[in-house]
Amino acid sequence: MKYLLLLCGRPQDLEAWAALPEEERARGRALATRWMDAHPQIRRTFGLQLPHTITSVHPGPNGRPLVTDGPFLEGTEVIGGLVEIEVADLDEVLQFARAWVAGGPAHPVVEIWPMIEEDYGS
Amino acid sequence: MAHNQESPPALATPGEVQARLGDVFREEAAKVLGALLRILGNFAVAEEIAQEALLIALERWPREGIPDYPGVWLMTIARRLAIDQLRRDARYRDKLALLEQVEQVPDDRLRLMFTCCHPALSRETQVILTLRTVCGLTIDQIAHAFLVSESAIARRLVRARQKIVQAGIPYRVPRDEELDERMGEVLAVLYLMFNEGHLTSAGDAPTRRDLAEDAAWLAAFLTRLYPQEPEPLGLLALMRLHLARADARFDASGKLVLLRDQDRSRWDHQRIREAGKLIEQAAALGRPGPYQVQAALVACHAEAESWEATDWPQILALYDLLLAMTPSPVIRLNRAVALRYVTGPAEALTEVEALARDLEGYHLFHAIRAAFLLELGQSAQARAAELRALTLTDNQAEQFLLHQRLSTRGPAGVHCPSNEQSAQ
Repeated sequence: MKYLLLLCGRPQDLEAWAALPEEERARGRALATRWMDAHPQIRRTFGLQLPHTITSVHPGPNGRPLVTDGPFLEGTEVIGGLVEIEVADLDEVLQFARAWVAGGPAHPVVEIWPMIEEDYGS
Repeated sequence: MAHNQESPPALATPGEVQARLGDVFREEAAKVLGALLRILGNFAVAEEIAQEALLIALERWPREGIPDYPGVWLMTIARRLAIDQLRRDARYRDKLALLEQVEQVPDDRLRLMFTCCHPALSRETQVILTLRTVCGLTIDQIAHAFLVSESAIARRLVRARQKIVQAGIPYRVPRDEELDERMGEVLAVLYLMFNEGHLTSAGDAPTRRDLAEDAAWLAAFLTRLYPQEPEPLGLLALMRLHLARADARFDASGKLVLLRDQDRSRWDHQRIREAGKLIEQAAALGRPGPYQVQAALVACHAEAESWEATDWPQILALYDLLLAMTPSPVIRLNRAVALRYVTGPAEALTEVEALARDLEGYHLFHAIRAAFLLELGQSAQARAAELRALTLTDNQAEQFLLHQRLSTRGPAGVHCPSNEQSAQ
């Protein structure tokens, strides 16, 4: 089964992360990369910039899409990265997620989204 | 977008149900009958019960869908029918215990329990799924037990089944390294089920014994499959200690009787002794846990000859142990009642007052506080606290008791409302 993991954090997680010395953050990023590379079940990963760089496009009046500065999804929590993973079942994903959360990076919360697959339900 | 779509529960056509029922008949009817026959020793009665279970299936499956494990479902229904039958006939009393031993495809049922109680499901969903899938309760019965509409339960079940399939919750027994956590989930669900049956928080019928006995039966089932795990034994002992005294908790008119006022001769002392053996068996495994300590606490009450003769220092020590394992304001509240009998009402009141912020909305906090205030001669404050307690409970049996205390205050009355049930 395929899952998309959203690596999320609260503003205070990001602040704590930003307050770390640069070399420590670099070490954290390298550790995360090595960890991702060490697991062949991880298909793809994406790192995202901070939320103040987001642009949203909405359906606007008269069929003209409206462009706004900032996120569309409400809430103060932010997504810092996406991981696509392919494993046997939820328990296996939970193992990954637990290991990530215990590592305590800038985005310590993991949201697990099951993905719709082409052959789903057949 | 295709996601988030709802699909209705898989209802079978009458033809499919007939065909499936035929299969189930061949595969399962003999097993059900065989198990019943072995226990009851009476073919006519066993056959009648097996037939009745099949008739119930024939009536319900076309409406509700065929359960995932029709054999387990049938055996559960048959067991319920048999227990009802045996209750009516005192000669069969000793066979009730045997009926608790009935087993059928234990691995299937165990896998089912762990799947229903997976930590990725909310506690409420775990309970509803377990009742529906493992215990074979109907949607109507579950709705009644939780005082919500049938459509709400049906919707939750549909969504829960979708989550199990679409999120990939596995159907298997957990590995050893996961067992503690996963067992904890199952035990919590069983205890919630038990308490829901034992004393409901709202509604007219104060107890629903069947739900409690189903939970105790499943706990017993777990202890047989995991004899080296002490916490299922602790939970089973705890449930049996409550059931052994269930009859004394209500008087002839259905009013709740507090522990201190219960007629202890109506307790089933044989069952209490047996529960004590389960606690010893668990203790011998050398891994104490919250259910074992709670069972020991209740056993301490159950083995006392009277409220006054209770070993309060021992109860206090057990509460300290329990608090160290699972800190909780409600446990501290109950510990305060033990403290009252060890060091007196003034110290106990101080302890209770410290819990005001956490327990302001809990009726027993006010009721216990009222009892201590009264003992210390502060009647006006005691009365205010009792009124507050009264407005906070939905349960009519408890409401009646509080009304009664408010209207018949005797001069000597230390009406300590504690009842060790509230500890859990």
